[in-house]
Amino acid sequence: MVYGRDDATLWTLLTPPTVWALHFLFAYVAAAMACGETPFALGPVRVAIGVATAFALGLIALAWRQAYRHWGRGADRPPHDAPTDEDRQRFLGFATLLLCGLSAVAVVFSALPAVFLSDCR
Amino acid sequence: MLTGRPVHAAAAGRPGRVAVARRAAAGALALTLAACSGPQSALDPAGDAAEAIAGLFWVLLAGAAVIWALVIGAAVFALRFKTRPISERAGLRLVLWGGAVVPTLILSVLLVYGLRLMPLLRDPAAELRVEVVGEQFWWRVTYRPEGGPAVVSANEVRVPVGARVEFSLDAADVIHSFWIPALGGKVDMIPGRSNRLALRATRTGTFRGVCAEFCGPAHTRMAFPVVVMEPEAFRAWLAEQAREASPAGNETFLANGCGGCHAVRGTPATGTIGPDLTHLASRLSLGADLLPNDAASRARFVAEVDTLKPGARMPGFGMLPPAEAAAIADYLGSLE
Repeated sequence: MVYGRDDATLWTLLTPPTVWALHFLFAYVAAAMACGETPFALGPVRVAIGVATAFALGLIALAWRQAYRHWGRGADRPPHDAPTDEDRQRFLGFATLLLCGLSAVAVVFSALPAVFLSDCR
Repeated sequence: MLTGRPVHAAAAGRPGRVAVARRAAAGALALTLAACSGPQSALDPAGDAAEAIAGLFWVLLAGAAVIWALVIGAAVFALRFKTRPISERAGLRLVLWGGAVVPTLILSVLLVYGLRLMPLLRDPAAELRVEVVGEQFWWRVTYRPEGGPAVVSANEVRVPVGARVEFSLDAADVIHSFWIPALGGKVDMIPGRSNRLALRATRTGTFRGVCAEFCGPAHTRMAFPVVVMEPEAFRAWLAEQAREASPAGNETFLANGCGGCHAVRGTPATGTIGPDLTHLASRLSLGADLLPNDAASRARFVAEVDTLKPGARMPGFGMLPPAEAAAIADYLGSLE
């Protein structure tokens, strides 16, 4: 599991962008399949993308909470570049925090077209 | 340094350096602005979709100018006026807000502003349907007026002003893209799929559409005139286009096999591989807006199509005896 870990690793770092990638793939493939089957109707896909977006943002929030803990809750300022285990943890935690922000924005941006487009044209 | 010299130059009746620079700048600005108008400019809109797109462009340009001024202003301030460094905490905060939060907010606003236009550009409530098929390297155009017969034409699009026209866009061979910058955005034409584009012209005039996706050697020679007409004039024009042509004078045309590829409705020429020629002489241009539509160009097109439009399926007929070439050109000229 990449959640509920005591230590930050490359895997916890990669979690938020992976969620973003899967959300993007889901939205893209679902819309493409719906448009291939019945042109001009996107209703169910828009709902599904809404649910997937809420789910993805929830996962990213969990990753954020964990990364905040790994970072040391802001006890020290970046760049966390001392060659110690503690700084390695804080560096990974802080980098994950930044990736959480980026991934959350990206998930919202890739879901926004579903708010405005109601059919496949 | 320059202040002394222009006085002498002006006294001698010659413009000074500053005046020359000013004139050059004014000339460059005039040239730049002149490039914004014309029959093929998205910044000189003649349709509501193009107006929305041009508005989007100006908003983006103004926003970009403001951001550019702020960033350069901050850089100049930091280099020339702020001599003592700010604290590390303040620096981090500046990076967080100036580098992440504010750009994200600006991009969010721009994204919503742009996405909000998309449903408008695809509004399906159409008063006229026009099917356009992109082919290497010309446009097959079929008008489907409500309650009337379909009218086949090619390489020219005419629409009534003020009416919402729905274009159904297909491709016969490779991907093309249908773009009338003065009327709206571009939409790709993809083999095996019909894309739709709704346009509403807001003023009459003659504009230019182009293929906006590279489609082969003569891609740049695949354009079409777009004529926005008063509704009455459009109805009359469409009725005229629906009329069949007279077969008089078509013996040489048929004898050389032209009818195998081209249709002239009302005659034995029924080919559908190339453009319909029934009212060729009434069109504004020849060869997908390549040449003016006059007698000399019609003769030249038939003789040299292989060099005028490299990659086109029609062979050049330069080997025809002059009398036969002239007879074909005369016949084409009679197809009003």
